[in-house]
Amino acid sequence: MTPLADMGFLSSFLLIFVSAAFTDNILMARFLGMCSCLGVSKKVDTSLGLGLAVMFVTAATAALNYLVYQYLLVPLHLEYLRLIVFIVVIAAFTQLVEMIIERVSEKLYNSLGIFLPLITVNCAILGISLFMLNKPYSFLQAFAFGLGGGFGWFLAIALIGGIREKINEAALPKGLAGPGITLVVIGIMALAFVGFSGMIKI
Amino acid sequence: MLVSILISVGFLLACGLVLAGLLVLAEKKILNYGTCHVDVNAGRKVLDVEGGSSLLSSLAEQNIFIPSACGGRGSCAYCKLKVQEGGGMVGPVEEPYLSPEERQDHVRLACQVKVRRDLKIEIPDELFSVSRFRAKLLHKKPLTHDIVELRLQLLEPDSISFEAGQYVQLESAEYKGRESVMRGYSISSVPSDNQHLELIIRRVPDGICTTWVFDHLKEGAEVLFSGPYGFFHLSDTQAPIICIAGGSGMAPIWAIVRDMKEKGIARPTTYFFGALTQRDLFFLDEFRKLEQECPWFKFVPALSKEPADSGWTGERGLITDVVSRHFPDTSKHEAYLCGSPGMIDASVAVLTKNGMPEANVFYDKFA
Repeated sequence: MTPLADMGFLSSFLLIFVSAAFTDNILMARFLGMCSCLGVSKKVDTSLGLGLAVMFVTAATAALNYLVYQYLLVPLHLEYLRLIVFIVVIAAFTQLVEMIIERVSEKLYNSLGIFLPLITVNCAILGISLFMLNKPYSFLQAFAFGLGGGFGWFLAIALIGGIREKINEAALPKGLAGPGITLVVIGIMALAFVGFSGMIKI
Repeated sequence: MLVSILISVGFLLACGLVLAGLLVLAEKKILNYGTCHVDVNAGRKVLDVEGGSSLLSSLAEQNIFIPSACGGRGSCAYCKLKVQEGGGMVGPVEEPYLSPEERQDHVRLACQVKVRRDLKIEIPDELFSVSRFRAKLLHKKPLTHDIVELRLQLLEPDSISFEAGQYVQLESAEYKGRESVMRGYSISSVPSDNQHLELIIRRVPDGICTTWVFDHLKEGAEVLFSGPYGFFHLSDTQAPIICIAGGSGMAPIWAIVRDMKEKGIARPTTYFFGALTQRDLFFLDEFRKLEQECPWFKFVPALSKEPADSGWTGERGLITDVVSRHFPDTSKHEAYLCGSPGMIDASVAVLTKNGMPEANVFYDKFA
């Protein structure tokens, strides 16, 4: 028996969400999705846009990949193919969503849609889909894990974006400006997030 | 064992096919905008275009050629035009290129506006006179180790009318998996020779178009280009002129100076030709000859990286320093510049520091 099974539905959902967002923050604790984070976090609005896009895609693809895994890969005994299948599913999903957003709302497309091609092969998203298989989650719990992981990434990049916007105005030594100081900032923030670890065990 | 291999391969195949099919279907269904009407200059021309691609390429398909040096990547900002209706929101790519006034005037970058519905646009009238030419390459002459001169014989239309200083967009053919692109090059021939066109092109390492010109384009081959574009031309004042251009940037200056000679315009003109070493110089004899024929013209080649012990007796140093030495006071002059953005910015800084109003500096930036 896992501890999750004893809890009520809502509390297990919340617990998984919080632990995925904070104690297991995908960007700060696992250092996944770093490349797009470094590239796009220069300004707060673009950080928020990319963060939201990632959150949406991680949640949706975690659910989608959960179904693919449980109802296609497991019955066919093809669990070892999960890596490649997940990549393809995520890529197709982001492309599809980009098309739909472009057609439905130009405003949404300009603020969110242009980031979708960027995250087609984002390792954070793939990472969340793969990590969720390590735990005996139900479908909704897997969705909570995806949503929480995405929210954690969103939170991290939004914070980094805010700090970078301020730091760009400061007089930095030449060698430290740009990616250098950003990595230092992320390192210090990661220390703070590591402080959460062990608080929740699931 | 074999069965499991077959199952896994079959599953992956099916997975890929289903998803790819879904995407193809979605693209057809979701991104189908049908035919859109583009109204140019308040009814002067109404075009029916297939929706879904950029305004720049849709207009090019309809034989309206908006200037664009970067080929639609949103980095040169040459393809600005007014979209009065139907352009949608300003995208994040074009934002940095539009001033607040331009935003108010509905100016957009044609390469970033997607045709999704009926549009009302405004373009400068002279763009209607831009056409697409078919020409034959008469010769390709190396001028230095990395610069060639192309001479084209116009086939269809068989003549071109332009002002010295304007440029054309050369279309490269496809080669070795590189797609066809359009790149802007200044015309170096004079307008009076209206059945021919000359271009001076410098090799850009790994450049799609210049690699094509240097390695794949053969004499006698057919070449496509559109033009003429640009507002770089001689003003009609009487102010003395300073020209600064290095390398292939010489092209428009070479055209303008010879055009002045033909038209009998005798404004005092000094041309500073900046290069690294002696092997980067070309057309020295031609310019010396021009100097003898035209008392109003002075040619100053300057080398910045020439070894100190060589036989070079001309000017040495950065072109901006040389200009500053010759013209400590530039308040009465006009300047014509052509070259890389870095060289232009540096030249503008020196010229304005020596007293030239910024409005008297004219330039063509080629990145």
